[in-house]
Amino acid sequence: MILKRVVFDWLSRTWMITALAIILSLPLTIGIALYFKANPLFEMQSLARLISSSDWSPSEGDFGFLPFIFSSLYVTLLSFLFAAPVCLFAAIYLTQFASKRLIQVMHPVIDILAGIPSVIYGMWGILIIVPFVGDVLAPVLNIKSPGYSILAGGIVLALMCIPYMLNMLIETFNTVPIGLKEAALSLGATRWESVKHVIIRKSYPGIISSYGLGIAKAFGETLAVMMVVGNMVQLTFNPFEAGYPLPALIANNYGEMLSIPRYDSALMFAALILLIVILIINLIFRYFIYQTQKQ
Amino acid sequence: MNIKVSETATEQLVIAPELKLKKQPSILRIKNLNVFAGNHHILKNINLEIPKNRITVLLGPSGCGKTTLLKSMNKLTDLYKELKVSGQIYIEKDDILNTNKNIPNIRQKMGLLSQKPYPLPVSIYKNVAYGIKLKGVRDKKLIDYNVEKKLKEVGLWDEVKDRLHLSPESLSIGQQQRLCLARGLAVKPHFILADEPTSALDPVSSKIIENLFRELKKHYTIILVTHVLRQAQRLADNVVFMNYGEIIEQGNPEKVFKYPRSSQMKEYMVEGN
Ligand SMILES: Nc1ncnc2c1ncn2[C@@H]1O[C@H](COP(=O)(O)OP(=O)(O)O)[C@@H](O)[C@H]1O
Ligand SMILES: [Mg+2]
Repeated sequence: MILKRVVFDWLSRTWMITALAIILSLPLTIGIALYFKANPLFEMQSLARLISSSDWSPSEGDFGFLPFIFSSLYVTLLSFLFAAPVCLFAAIYLTQFASKRLIQVMHPVIDILAGIPSVIYGMWGILIIVPFVGDVLAPVLNIKSPGYSILAGGIVLALMCIPYMLNMLIETFNTVPIGLKEAALSLGATRWESVKHVIIRKSYPGIISSYGLGIAKAFGETLAVMMVVGNMVQLTFNPFEAGYPLPALIANNYGEMLSIPRYDSALMFAALILLIVILIINLIFRYFIYQTQKQ
Repeated sequence: MNIKVSETATEQLVIAPELKLKKQPSILRIKNLNVFAGNHHILKNINLEIPKNRITVLLGPSGCGKTTLLKSMNKLTDLYKELKVSGQIYIEKDDILNTNKNIPNIRQKMGLLSQKPYPLPVSIYKNVAYGIKLKGVRDKKLIDYNVEKKLKEVGLWDEVKDRLHLSPESLSIGQQQRLCLARGLAVKPHFILADEPTSALDPVSSKIIENLFRELKKHYTIILVTHVLRQAQRLADNVVFMNYGEIIEQGNPEKVFKYPRSSQMKEYMVEGN
């Protein structure tokens, strides 16, 4: 009897450790595999040139990734600028001011929005956002735009991230004890002051990690962005022009990567960049969280 | 000027002979207060007068509505949309339930000390300074002076003066509770609403808080919620015993504790001792 329990204990413990080790080593193994697959590229060009050059003609052996990296960052940044304030205020409103009724209605709505497949967001982007950018917004601002653009990508991406970030922010604000709010109010704070000084402040780490996860997700999002962003290799600050983010590069060319020498390595390298940038984003946000918790 | 002198004179009178409590005018009057949450009648027609510069203890089993009664007194019930509050609560002259006066100002008259300390997520210093700043005080010297004074009032100054700019999380629970008291006193309330303020504390810290209350009643009117019978017996100048949302008995503790009239109070006293 005792033996059985000891054995079970041992088994369950080793099983848990193994599972943990697999999970922990997963990003590492993916990274290493991508590195070796991308290796032929490094024999041809230096790493610095690969990520700083904007010459892209795979058939001539020119692989400059800067336009793709730049597009990815640009689209992500735009989507974050659109989504972050909206989510923050919506989450504050829903958790601090809204009636129970509204929250009960909103919860399933947010969940449904979060569960819609990205291809549907993409379709919707083509139907609404692309014409809006190309035929309404650009003419009003007196700019020429194909509609399929970095801006359209940013808007669609923002819409996709909103339910995701909103859910996390709502969770965050809900963990602030009501007693803390009551304390601020009883000291003479107005409701908005209690939110600003106490709720938001107490939630800093949670807000930052929600934003971090949202950005990381936005950076890797592929399909919906690819459908509206135009997919043209160019380096431009004009958000009304087309862009070509890294995930789109990989997804668009994966089928034909063996037809051109080193093209497969180039796509593996694109994936590696994606992975590394997401890691960096995570590290930066971890650092912020650490800093705010230290205070 | 004349009035001021006579006011302090009466206060002095009260302080000196602790035992011979002169009847004080009531400055908080509750009339026909009813609180509902849906069909649940949480407070049933509460009528209550709270005497000035006394400790009024709200006693009763948990769930009887003590916290709700306390929160009605500074309108924190507003936070819970499901609660329907009716009746009148006169604080000094105003009926706070039916007034269009500024609610934050009303709340600043009613210092709240909750069951668990909830320090604001800022430094120890800023916790105490928070309410002062909300009052519009900007003069740094004045704020410094008041922060120190209030921390001294609760006997915390020597323990925290070297770490005023650190987070209160490093303090013990007992110290945090005193910090919350200091922060409440800093806005110069007329009342202290204390909701089982020692229930999360160790015996030594509880003792400190109890002793502070004995001091503080010279300057404040204290309403203390507790379910600890012995604490009530130690501190009460006026007892209100509640059960199922109703006031069962109230009055002088000598009478209420020695000669409880209701069977509910008798039962409660047997269980509590
Ligand atoms: N916001 C609320 N919504 C519904 N019921 C509540 C609410 N607040 C308190 N109650 C109910 O009112 C009763 C009294 O609660 P409370 O005042 O906290 O009692 P006590 O402080 O004496 O333990 C309890 O039955 C509680 O469930
Ligand atoms: Mg209670």
